[in-house]
Amino acid sequence: MSNIYNDPIGHWVIVVVAMALVLFVLLTATAYTVWFERVALGHIQRRPGPNRVGPWGLMQLAADGIKLAFKESFVPAKTDKVIYVVAPTLAVIAAFLAWAVIPIGLWYNFTYWIADLNVGVLFIFAVTSLNVYAIVLGGYASNNKYSLLGGLRSAAQMISYEMSLGLSLVPTFMIVGSLRLQDIVGYTVHWGPYNGPIPLIILTPIGFVIYIISAVAETNRTPFDLPEAEQELIGGFLTEYSGLKFVMYYLGEYVGVITASALATLLFFGGWYLWFVPPVLAFFLKVVLLVFVYIWLRGTFPRLRYDMLMRLGWKVLLPLAIVNVIVTGVIIVLVQG
Amino acid sequence: MADEKKDQSVLGDIGALAKGLKTTLGEYFSPQVTLQYPEDKSPRSERYRGRHYLRRYDNGLERCIGCELCAAACPVGCILVIAAENTDEKRVSPGERYAKTYEINMLRCIFCGYCEDACPVQAIVLGPEYELSDVSREKFVYTKEKLLEPLPPDVQARLNKSEKK
Repeated sequence: MSNIYNDPIGHWVIVVVAMALVLFVLLTATAYTVWFERVALGHIQRRPGPNRVGPWGLMQLAADGIKLAFKESFVPAKTDKVIYVVAPTLAVIAAFLAWAVIPIGLWYNFTYWIADLNVGVLFIFAVTSLNVYAIVLGGYASNNKYSLLGGLRSAAQMISYEMSLGLSLVPTFMIVGSLRLQDIVGYTVHWGPYNGPIPLIILTPIGFVIYIISAVAETNRTPFDLPEAEQELIGGFLTEYSGLKFVMYYLGEYVGVITASALATLLFFGGWYLWFVPPVLAFFLKVVLLVFVYIWLRGTFPRLRYDMLMRLGWKVLLPLAIVNVIVTGVIIVLVQG
Repeated sequence: MADEKKDQSVLGDIGALAKGLKTTLGEYFSPQVTLQYPEDKSPRSERYRGRHYLRRYDNGLERCIGCELCAAACPVGCILVIAAENTDEKRVSPGERYAKTYEINMLRCIFCGYCEDACPVQAIVLGPEYELSDVSREKFVYTKEKLLEPLPPDVQARLNKSEKK
């Protein structure tokens, strides 16, 4: 079935269909991630969460979406009108672009992808860091002190954590020898009797810890949600945004969470391989579990103070990531001789 | 800042984080405390002070004798009683007089229950209903007709018990 990619017309047909499908699946998944987050946070606080609209509250997001779509889209005076509109658009574009290179095993031998880049991970980092422009420009264009402060914090935070995020994955690339996501997922080992794919977290546990902390910071989620910081900055860069522009930022944030979870699944948990579970289901399960980890962290830890955030990024995670790269390199040289 | 914490080990810090995560996961699987309000209601005590009722004797006569002691006792003045004489042709209550008009303004009432304490014939009691919202101010002035609605059985049982003592 994967041969269809070799046929030029078949390739284009499948790519266009896949793009439409990914858009649909991601938008739906975002809605249900928000639902899942609210329910899980509710359970952590011994509440049921939304459970009124539809069975188990599953239609809550449809209701919220309708409400937000019909809200007045208020634009404050003296804003930079063009940048004010472009910024949230950028957030959505950056969030969705990453999915161009994420491959998913659909059925036993059939894997889907839109673009098969041999620098796939690099591409994902490149487009997800565009998100910083969305937040900084949004904060700047809003003509509001709180928005500007949120945007500036965000810029500093995302630049700091991007480095440890990138470095946390270097050991993985060193072990696999490729940046192509399919190669990383398909990495197989020949350990005595065992011959097959392994979750790479076994080989790079420290890398995973650095990755998950940095990814939470990178997607501006609690406990690193300083750009929003409701209690101090009203809503940070989101303060002056309402209606559908607010939805776009929100969408960008939650797609970012799903992207980070999907990337962790591909890089550390063996992608769509899970015993005899069908690949789509295995991928889905792993992503849901990682999204739960995100929510779990949000439900547990209070927000870091700004200097603590910077100290953690520069003095703990970055040196740890560099040491992790060096140690992994030494071990690879020793094992391979 | 880091120097102040030198006595704490990194492992201790990580252990603290793990403890926090364990706590929240434990709460996740604990029973919820939320009451699904319109379907489930919290139990009320038997002496709960909700909306008022005017009682009747078993033979159908009204208990209220129009003495206005409830109106006098009311700290916010929300009770209006206008009494009239009973006649042999038209006997409403066993006493000399009865309440021709008996109105309670529920927007003013603070549900203190002083009217119930003041009543010499136990004519007015406070029942268990507390969902008294309505759509117009006029509807909050409860007239005699509304107040004379039959008591809920559990309130009747409580009153019967206290009267036997």
